[in-house]
Amino acid sequence: MEHALNLFIRSIFVDNMIFASFLGMCSYLAVSKNVKTSFGLGIAVTFVLVVTCPVNYLLQTRVLDGGIAGQDLTYLSFILFIAVIAGITQLVEMIVERFSPSLYNALGIFLPLIAVNCAIMGASLFMQQRIGLPETSSQYIGGVGDAVIYALGSGIGWLLAIVGLAAIREKMAYTNVPKAFQGLGITFITVGLMAMAFMCFSGLKI
Amino acid sequence: MGKIFSKENKAAFLEPLNLNNPIAIQILGICSALAVTAQLEPAIVMGLSVTVIVAFSNLIVSLLRKTIPNRIRIIVQLVVVAALVTIVSMLLKAVAYDVSVQLSVYVGLIITNCILMGRLEAFAMTHGPWASLLDGIGSGLGYAWILVVVGFVRELLGSGTLFGLRVIPDLCYKAGYVDNGMMVMPAMALFLLGGIIALHRYLNRNKNM
Repeated sequence: MEHALNLFIRSIFVDNMIFASFLGMCSYLAVSKNVKTSFGLGIAVTFVLVVTCPVNYLLQTRVLDGGIAGQDLTYLSFILFIAVIAGITQLVEMIVERFSPSLYNALGIFLPLIAVNCAIMGASLFMQQRIGLPETSSQYIGGVGDAVIYALGSGIGWLLAIVGLAAIREKMAYTNVPKAFQGLGITFITVGLMAMAFMCFSGLKI
Repeated sequence: MGKIFSKENKAAFLEPLNLNNPIAIQILGICSALAVTAQLEPAIVMGLSVTVIVAFSNLIVSLLRKTIPNRIRIIVQLVVVAALVTIVSMLLKAVAYDVSVQLSVYVGLIITNCILMGRLEAFAMTHGPWASLLDGIGSGLGYAWILVVVGFVRELLGSGTLFGLRVIPDLCYKAGYVDNGMMVMPAMALFLLGGIIALHRYLNRNKNM
């Protein structure tokens, strides 16, 4: 229980997807213009993360890592992980369209684009690395439960980051920014400052 | 031979290097540009790997473009890219193991690098193989040179070394020079990239973009 809580808090603040490992940056910068859409995208990313990460965990431990006739198939992990992610995103899109058309319309093009969001693939690859860590490590992922918690934490961290940036950018629309920095230049600097703020969480231990 | 370097093909190769740079203008593939540039060597290796992968995936998808059904094209493209990335990742592990450890998951993340999907969707699906190959090389190099610049600045100011060799003489340290530890932190990469984008825009302000 303690380990799970630790993993959860760490993945939100310390190993934050955006500020510590720069994952999912493209959509992070492109979509963070207003709070409402960025919140929707954050929820969608969290959702897909929570579904794909445990599936890839099972795939990695039961099939790739010596599951079929004792063969080490880890070299296939890139292809299989991305296929799982693309397939599940398609499935999620169909389910959302069927059961919640309003959410589907609000997310629009972002849903299919989640398949190529680095945060999703990155979470699976980090998880693959963390399976090999010693059990005492606070980043260790030792079961489907841990994988779900890690995915949920990473997703919430991403959501937090994108909503924060969107709120800042909404206010920044009223400021007088030098011409060369307008648009993306100043956005990068803002994200840099946010990353510095998040650096104070590093070393956090529960 | 005249047709091989026709005007359009030349443009496909040269534009991404400056006026249509994938990082500075199109803002694609930022994740890895920030994460692997704390030192120069991984930055160069990453730039080269991406160049090779974009070039060949562009070529392969362009050859297959008439046979890929439109509905499942994204998955087909992803599989082509993932296969190439697997090859490059294994090559790196065999030839340059230390660098591949430093790059860790970011080699695998080339699959989801937006430059690849962007070029495949926007160029390779509608152009011939030769033009696509050139476009891929151009985009890859456009991405690589920014990585190299960021990596150069961060390693030089952050740890006073280049390729792991000390370049700032001991004399300076004795005189009170201190490495800027912030430079190796993630936050500084964002500031540097923001600065580079602003500078790039300022230098090209008169050109039509």
